[in-house]
This record gives sequence, C-alpha cells and structure tokens, in this order.
Amino acid sequence: MKIIVCVKQVPDAKDVRLDPKTNTLSREGVQAIMNPYDRHALEEAVRLKEQHGGTVTVVSMGPPQAEEMLREAVSCGADEAVLVSDRAFAGADTWATTYTLSQAIKKIDDFDLILCGKQAIDGDTAQVGPGLAERLDIPFVAYVRKINDCTGDTIRAERLMDDGYDLLEVGLPALFTVVKEINEPRIPSLKGKMKAKKIDIAKMTAADIEADPEQLGLKGSTTQVVRVFSPELKGERAMLGGTPDEQVAQLYEKLSPLL
Amino acid sequence: MLQIDVEACIGCGVCESTCTFGAIKVEGGVAVVGETCTLCGSCVDVCEVGALSIKREEKATQGNLADWSGVWVYAECRHGRLAPVALELLGAGRKLAEKRGVPLSAVLLGSKIKSLADELIAYGADTVFVVDDPALASFTDDAYGNALSALAKKHKPEIILAGATAIGRSFIPRVATTLATGLTADCTDLAIRDEDGVLLQTRPAFGGNIMATIVCPHTRPQISTVRPLVMKPLVRDGGRKGEVVDGNLDPALLKPRVKVLESVVEDLDRVNLSEADIVVAGGRGLENEKGFAMIRELADVLGGAVAASRAAVDSGWIPYPHQVGQTGKTVAPKVYIACGISGAIQHLVGMQSADTIIAINRDADAPIFDVATYGIVGDVFEIVPKLIEKFKDRKSA
Repeated sequence: MKIIVCVKQVPDAKDVRLDPKTNTLSREGVQAIMNPYDRHALEEAVRLKEQHGGTVTVVSMGPPQAEEMLREAVSCGADEAVLVSDRAFAGADTWATTYTLSQAIKKIDDFDLILCGKQAIDGDTAQVGPGLAERLDIPFVAYVRKINDCTGDTIRAERLMDDGYDLLEVGLPALFTVVKEINEPRIPSLKGKMKAKKIDIAKMTAADIEADPEQLGLKGSTTQVVRVFSPELKGERAMLGGTPDEQVAQLYEKLSPLL
Repeated sequence: MLQIDVEACIGCGVCESTCTFGAIKVEGGVAVVGETCTLCGSCVDVCEVGALSIKREEKATQGNLADWSGVWVYAECRHGRLAPVALELLGAGRKLAEKRGVPLSAVLLGSKIKSLADELIAYGADTVFVVDDPALASFTDDAYGNALSALAKKHKPEIILAGATAIGRSFIPRVATTLATGLTADCTDLAIRDEDGVLLQTRPAFGGNIMATIVCPHTRPQISTVRPLVMKPLVRDGGRKGEVVDGNLDPALLKPRVKVLESVVEDLDRVNLSEADIVVAGGRGLENEKGFAMIRELADVLGGAVAASRAAVDSGWIPYPHQVGQTGKTVAPKVYIACGISGAIQHLVGMQSADTIIAINRDADAPIFDVATYGIVGDVFEIVPKLIEKFKDRKSA
C-alpha cells in the first residue's frame, strides 16, 4: 500500500496568549512544530504500512525550514519525504494550497491513500483535506477516528460526527482526514533517527510541479485577509471577595435567580 | 511580497512583537522579513510610521460577478431533523439579503425531508430548494457536494452560508473547490461592505488568538461556514409566505463513492453540551480525574452539563466530546461556571457568548477573569464543595 501523508509546520500556539498591556501576541518560546493532527495521520499511515506492507511518503508545502519537521516524520516511520517549497507559494489561501499540493502529488508516484490531519492549528480551516481530494477527484472522508478494516482495495472506517459516528466503506484511492482519537503517536526510534539524519529530502519548486503561476500564492488565492485584530473580551469582572464562605455566599446570591 | 521602506523604518520592533509567525526581525535598526512570512498583513496594520506594505498582485476577476445574486443558506438536517444552526443562519442570512436587496433562499438536501421546507420559510426563507432523494438519506461528501454545487451553478447565488458543523466543514470545501471560489471557515461575524457589497467574513484563527476579516473579491459565490450558536434565529412566523422549488437534479449526480454502512447516534452526556442552559467546566486546576468528580457533582446539583478545557481533555481526565473551545464545541448557555480554567484564548472563543460567566481560579491574573461576569480568586477544592453543599441545601429546602 502506498500512503501519502500531508504535514504542515506550524507555530506551537498552545500557550500563546494575548499580552493584556500591549494587546499583542506573546510568542516567547513559541517553536515551530509538526501540526499535532498531522502527527496522528502519520502514525496511522505507519501502522497501516506495518500491517499491510507498502511505503509512507510525507509531503509538506512550506518554507525551507520545514525540512527539519520532515526529518522528524522520517524518524517516526516515514520512508520518503518531499518538501514543496518556493517563494511563489507565499500568501497562499486554501484554494492555492490545494492546487499546489495536488500538482506536487501528481508528480509523486501512484498512491492508494492520502492521510491528513483534520486541520492545522494555525489557520484552523480544515479545508485543505477536502479541497485536495476534490482536485485529485478521489473520495474523501473527514474526521476519521478509527480504521477498522483495510483490504487494499477498500477501507472500512469510522467518521466522527456531531451526534455520534458513521461507519463507512470507501474504495481506494481515497483521502481521509483524521482526528486525535485515532491513535497515540509514537516517539522516534533510534533507528528512525539515524535514517532521518541521512535521508535525502526531495525538493520540488513551482517549476518542478509544472504549476500555473497564476494559481499560486497570494496571486492565486480566492480569499484575502483585509483586517487582523485581537479578539475583544467583554467580562464585567465583578470580583467576589472575602473568606471562602463569604465568597460562596455571594456567588449563591448571584446564581440563585439564574437557575 | 512584504515591502519594507528602510528609509521610513525606525526599528521600533512593534512589527516583530506583532508577527504571529516570527517572520520579521529588527536587525541593525531596520525590520527584515524572513522566509516564514505568510503575508497576513498584521505588521502592516501596526506599523506607526507606514514603513511596511504588501504588494498585492491580485487574482483576475472571474466572469461577471453581477450575474450572481441572492443569499443562500444550506439547511443542514440529520436523521430527519433540522440542525439548529440552519435557523440561526436564516437569521443571519436575512440581514445580509436585506442589506443587498436580494432574496434569501434555503437549500434542503435529504430523504423524506420535504415537510421541513415550511419551517425554513417560517424562519425567514423566501425560497426553499429541495432535493428529496433516497440517495441523500445518509450524508456523503460526494452526493451532498454534487447536489449543492449543481444547484449553485444553475441559480448563481452571490453568498452561500452553511453551519461549521461536522457535515458543513466536511463537504462545503468540496463545493467551493468545484465552483472555483473562496471559502472562509468557522465565521463568527458576517457583514456587507458598504462600498461594494462584498461579504466581510470574520473568523478566529491561530487558536483564537487573532481575529481575521476575510473577503472573496474576485469570484462568486462567496462561501462561509458559520460557527453554531453565534448567530440568532428570527422569531418563528408561521404566516410567512415562501416558495418551495424542486431542485430537479440528474440522479447520476447523487451517486456517492463512499458507502455509509451504519450511522450511530451516541448520547455521550446526560445533557447535550451545546444545548444545555447550565454548563460546569473544569480545567487543569482540577489536577486529576478525581477533581472532575467534583465538577460532575456540581453539574448534577445544578441540572447542568459537564465541560472541560483542552488541557483537561489532553490529560485524559475526561473524553473529547466534553471539550469546549476552538477545537472543541462552542457553547452559549445561560450560566457557564469555569473551575480551575486559566482561560487560554482557544477556550474563551468557545464559551464567551454565555449570558453569565463565573470563574473560580487560584490565579488572580488568569485571563478567564477577563470574560467573567463574576470572579472568585480561590481554591477550587475549597470553593466548589461549599457551593455544592449550598445548592444541595436549597434543593432539599
């Protein structure tokens, strides 16, 4: 089975906070990491490979420093890594991104399955997976929480819904986006780390993927950001003071009429 | 490309501290842009001396945009029931349609769902396009995506709104790709720009740390998925008149490549979190699973639902369906009680529209207090049990 996993390098936003004084983001110590959802997609791909044989290729569109993340992916079990990188890609929205990735994937060998994280934690759009599936004209399933059965031609999987889950059967090739519940990603093995050090990361530029320049980056984007601002917080902040008993008594007074 | 006017730049560093991506640095007294720049534009906005600009080479306008008119709402239903977000979107869509002076339509896809059309009219739709077909009984991206794309190609709406639900966020990107147009996910505010009638779509990004307003200037339709529980439905008016139109699609379009073998409804909580009037939530401050037992008890006494911050879910103290925030559920209850939650912005975006927010936290500087109606600085393990006792007494009184 040939599996492609799309991964993105993102700033680790977990503990980023607004500085209440300057109203700007405090980024101190924030590092570039592999998008956490993509880590689960990679793990699932490696598990499928271990059960059914085949190869796992990780693909990332991003700046040159994303190479480091691709090496990490190799240390966690990927066989090949491709970095799709060009200044012409800067400012791409999801429309331009899916175009770029689809062109790159067409240049890579045939595949049976593409796995992506359900969304990236920087943009949170969850649009690249389904958009890419449409560009490649293959079936798509979002929010996969479990792969039950894989025959090589078809996969049975569970899709998380708002009110429960759906059990699905999909013919391959197909593209899935996965949620965190699907697995617990492994830590790199020593052997993996050795391999990651040596591996030759394939590089693709806009010319390599034979992209139409009109479809790339900011110029190719259908959407534009016109304003970026800090969210407004509008609490009344009435602090209830005193001893714990007094605090609870006041809160009880405030809450009772609301219940 | 981000252009830096080195003559104008005073090296103040405001751009550096604003950049979410760490792409701009002051070196030798002037700002220098690096490879990680995404051209988001936040530095351009904050630069006080106007030294930064983005040279925008824009996409060419596709076709005649004026051919596209009217506002559409995708009226999601599952298991034969309308999703509440469908009615919320009709409320939001009505305002946009009136501002644009165009009709508001709803699109209803499913099997044996035609009777729901009247309800959509009562909540504000002028027209309801219905595709009622057994092939649409279960949700599949192929069939639903093809149906909505085909209807949009035929009737050319300028705006399409859908709920940012599991279904909406799954198949709407496909519709946008098929129609070769832009899509903005998970919007929390929609407005029409006065100058040119373009839809201003505002959404949280970066875990809710920043808000971005996005436009789709050169292609139509303009498509948004909208976060549930943010927009307000209109008051139901059973006397409203509207038209129900059969979508009349080629059945070949409705053939999915994905087969739904089973659709399971899981009732994971005694009360559905998104619909609960009272929500009691716990975070990292609860320290372990046992801490959550206390949260459950308070929720039980108050007749509310239990929620959690991402930190608590990631620690494995409570399952994911309880998570509130940017990557979890959005809630807007009458009362939200946050216990031991520091209030990371990604949590706040999921609960700040609650009517009354109560925060209990040890740390007086915790950001949760910035959204709180009432705050208590104190130990949750001391305050919460006392609160439980108080309300137990009231119950038995």
